[in-house]
Amino acid sequence: MHKTRDLLGHVYMTAFLIYLLVPLLVMGGAAFNDSKLPTIVPWVGFTDRWFIDLWNDTRVWIAFRNTILVALGVVALAVPIGTAGAILINSISGRWRATLYGLMVAPILIPGVVIGISTLLFWNNFNVGAGLHLSVLGQVSYIASFVMLLVLARLQSFDAGLEEAALDLGASHSQVMRRILLPHLYPAIGAGAAIAFFQSIENFNVTLFTRGGQDTLTVYVFSKVRSGITPTINALALLLILFTLGLAIWWELTRRRKARIEAARAAEARRAEEAMA
Amino acid sequence: MHDMFKRYGTGLTTMILLVTAFWILILLILPNLTMFESSFRPYLPVTEVGGPRDVYSFANYGRILGAHTDLSVLGITFEVPVRVKVFILTIYYSAVVTLITFALAYPLAYYLAKIVSPKSLPTLFLLLFVPLWVSEILRSFAWFIILAFKGPLNVALMSLGIIDSEIRWIAGFSPVIIGLVYTYVLFMLFPLYNSMQSLDSNQIEAAEDLGSPWWRTHWRVILPHAKPGIASGAVMVFMLSAGSLLVPSLLGSTTSGWFTQTIQGVMLEEADWNTGAAFAFLLLIVCTLFVSLMMRVFGVRLSDIAK
Amino acid sequence: MSAGIDLDNVVCDFGSFRAVDHVNVSIQPGEFFSFLGPSGCGKTTILRMISGFIEPTGGVIRIGGKDVRGQRPNQRPTALIFQNLALFPLMPIWENIAFGLEVRGVNKATRRKRAEELLALVDLPGAADKMVSQLSGGQKQRVAIARALAVEPSVMLLDEPLSALDLKLRQHMRAELRAIQKRTGVTFIYITHDQGEALAMSDRVGVMSQGRLQQVSNPRDIYNNPVNGFVASFVGENNVLTGPVAAPTGGFAVMETPHGRFRARIADGVSGQGVKLFVRPEHMRFSDSPTAENSTPVTVTEVAFEGNFISVHAQSDSGMTFLSELRNDGSAPIPAVGTRLHVSFDPAVAAILPDASIARG
Repeated sequence: MHKTRDLLGHVYMTAFLIYLLVPLLVMGGAAFNDSKLPTIVPWVGFTDRWFIDLWNDTRVWIAFRNTILVALGVVALAVPIGTAGAILINSISGRWRATLYGLMVAPILIPGVVIGISTLLFWNNFNVGAGLHLSVLGQVSYIASFVMLLVLARLQSFDAGLEEAALDLGASHSQVMRRILLPHLYPAIGAGAAIAFFQSIENFNVTLFTRGGQDTLTVYVFSKVRSGITPTINALALLLILFTLGLAIWWELTRRRKARIEAARAAEARRAEEAMA
Repeated sequence: MHDMFKRYGTGLTTMILLVTAFWILILLILPNLTMFESSFRPYLPVTEVGGPRDVYSFANYGRILGAHTDLSVLGITFEVPVRVKVFILTIYYSAVVTLITFALAYPLAYYLAKIVSPKSLPTLFLLLFVPLWVSEILRSFAWFIILAFKGPLNVALMSLGIIDSEIRWIAGFSPVIIGLVYTYVLFMLFPLYNSMQSLDSNQIEAAEDLGSPWWRTHWRVILPHAKPGIASGAVMVFMLSAGSLLVPSLLGSTTSGWFTQTIQGVMLEEADWNTGAAFAFLLLIVCTLFVSLMMRVFGVRLSDIAK
Repeated sequence: MSAGIDLDNVVCDFGSFRAVDHVNVSIQPGEFFSFLGPSGCGKTTILRMISGFIEPTGGVIRIGGKDVRGQRPNQRPTALIFQNLALFPLMPIWENIAFGLEVRGVNKATRRKRAEELLALVDLPGAADKMVSQLSGGQKQRVAIARALAVEPSVMLLDEPLSALDLKLRQHMRAELRAIQKRTGVTFIYITHDQGEALAMSDRVGVMSQGRLQQVSNPRDIYNNPVNGFVASFVGENNVLTGPVAAPTGGFAVMETPHGRFRARIADGVSGQGVKLFVRPEHMRFSDSPTAENSTPVTVTEVAFEGNFISVHAQSDSGMTFLSELRNDGSAPIPAVGTRLHVSFDPAVAAILPDASIARG
């Protein structure tokens, strides 16, 4: 009876993966089709001209530079903010904790449109006009929440006794932070930085309302799709996908390597334990 | 608080407090308060701001009642303001998207949590994560290509003999729904998977052992356990759908207005920031209500949803 | 370079709860001193006050004669060994050991050399570059000790460090700890709820209950001459009898119980109210006929062979079950279940004791 169920499961899983991945293949494939419109049917012929067009498109380069600048700005702000928030939440308790926690996760649930508009209006009061700097601030307000959640999860596996042990051995508070707490948090901080970077790159809603006249890649692609579309967009998409895919694979391989090392260490400890007995 | 000073020292604690205060106050609370306040003020030329005409009113909210159009529900046709119709349809179709993603993701989450061998999980997850790392705009763009009038979907269906002539897919709300489901289904899948995975498999086997048919096992054992995951997934998908601007703009047609597009029009084309603020505030209220509703229905807390 | 510690009327309150209540004790330099008591008795609070994580509500703590109130943990000449050891999992062993030197700005070569020396001292050579997760429980224990010794503390504070180990290793580590303490000459303050540990390792033991120090003495004295009922019953097993006590004469008094009249030692100033008679199982003797005093007829109800001793339960006609432990050396016959006998004890090894000392107003 479970055989049918398992078989159905495998079939469904496969179908789902096809459903998820085929659209991306179609989009990537269209980048090589020598057709003025981005499509894979009819297949006119293989070409690399859309990549060359992309290379020569100065607007793309500017948008690319802007995107990277904004993303770096977001990482630089959201990571320390999210980490500080997580440490604060982790060190207090009671009603204050619940309230603060609510405030910190709420931005994830606020529509990007709202964040964009409120940021724009607020800074306008201080004569700070729209521009990429506002995009950074708007994005940070909700991306810091992701960092906070990641760091908080990691903090919960932290043994506060280690801080006391370090203090007892004569370390100052900043030495404890640098040598004990932050090294424990680094994996979460690294993951937080990666998520912040990618969230920023793909952000559209906040950026649209705060950017002023500046382009980022998503805004650029958006305007291209609505005005005159050419397969250069597909070329760009393919490059972005390959880049993220490469990073994802690297991430997974690193994770597996670390897990292997940990397993070997645990095995050695077990052997030492048995040798004592 | 006293403990914290002791744990991290005065300097570090002060820094942590200042940084968090910057986030919560300057980036969150004050901007939203500003938006709230602006939403009650008229849109005036710079010279008149602070002048006698700059008074609080609900006029901006009233602007949602502009031009009228027809809305038919269950065969009965009402005359409603066009923006109200867009607002209602946005909520309605976001709910539809949420239901579809749940239907799609539930069996898959169960499969990943309880059926597939744990050894192949990392690879499966890597494959599932690929689309998640591809930005929203590119994912909708992919469907823009697929659904084109002379695009791959029509060509494929015709060559298989399923249809005789091309179907105009980009019309009405269907392409928007297709795009939203594709873009956000993973936000339903992962919370569902997380909650199901924590269910002890022995409970399922115990239910089966006691003679429960598969559907009853799901209804009585697995679904109740997956509640927090359902709430979390539903909230994420609904909010993302209702707040999406890219997908409706790329895949929508003239007959499929989305409320975010209305806001965009008011903000960026009419440059009426005050009305924009009012509409954005309405969207925020709807989302807040939806979150509270989900928390009520599923009996979960905010910390269960945001994971 | 070890230092003594004086606790002078030390009090610690958590809100309305008094965790430590007027504790006075002078610990000598180079002494191995244990605080023994059940969980919640305040012994860990004392340790955390000495190390500086908690400030006393009242009283004075002196280390090496110097008042340390207001000094933070990183300024005190103490090193704490945590119950869960709190080794830094992300640093290799040698960095763990040399961490205290690192934060004092000692250069790397010196740190490494010192770490190797300490590893040799705790009998763990060659482990310098391993990670914590590669070590067994006993090895981690040694690293924790080496790490604490690295900062050359005047006082080592140990918070039940052996509780996570299995029985065999625990007994091995007792001897090891004692040896390291003798080798280094550092004052050890040891916290435990395990009487065996405290008695076996310590020069002196302080027994605590409900925030108060009940008795401070050497292990023999604690066991043989407990000052009150709490100490007697927390450390070792007892047969306990209650009843009115007649006026003492010459350090002895007679207690009237439903099971007979018993004579035992009594301290000066102990009056008849709320007192009990305590006698250890190993001091109970069986005989076929009644002895001159402290004797009552019993029926043997249970005989359990425990290896090095035999435990015998015998019920008196009045319903009291006496516990007796007989050595497994053939010096006394082992009675069979159902045998009618008389049980008795020497008045000199039994004591009439007051209840535990409780909080004063």
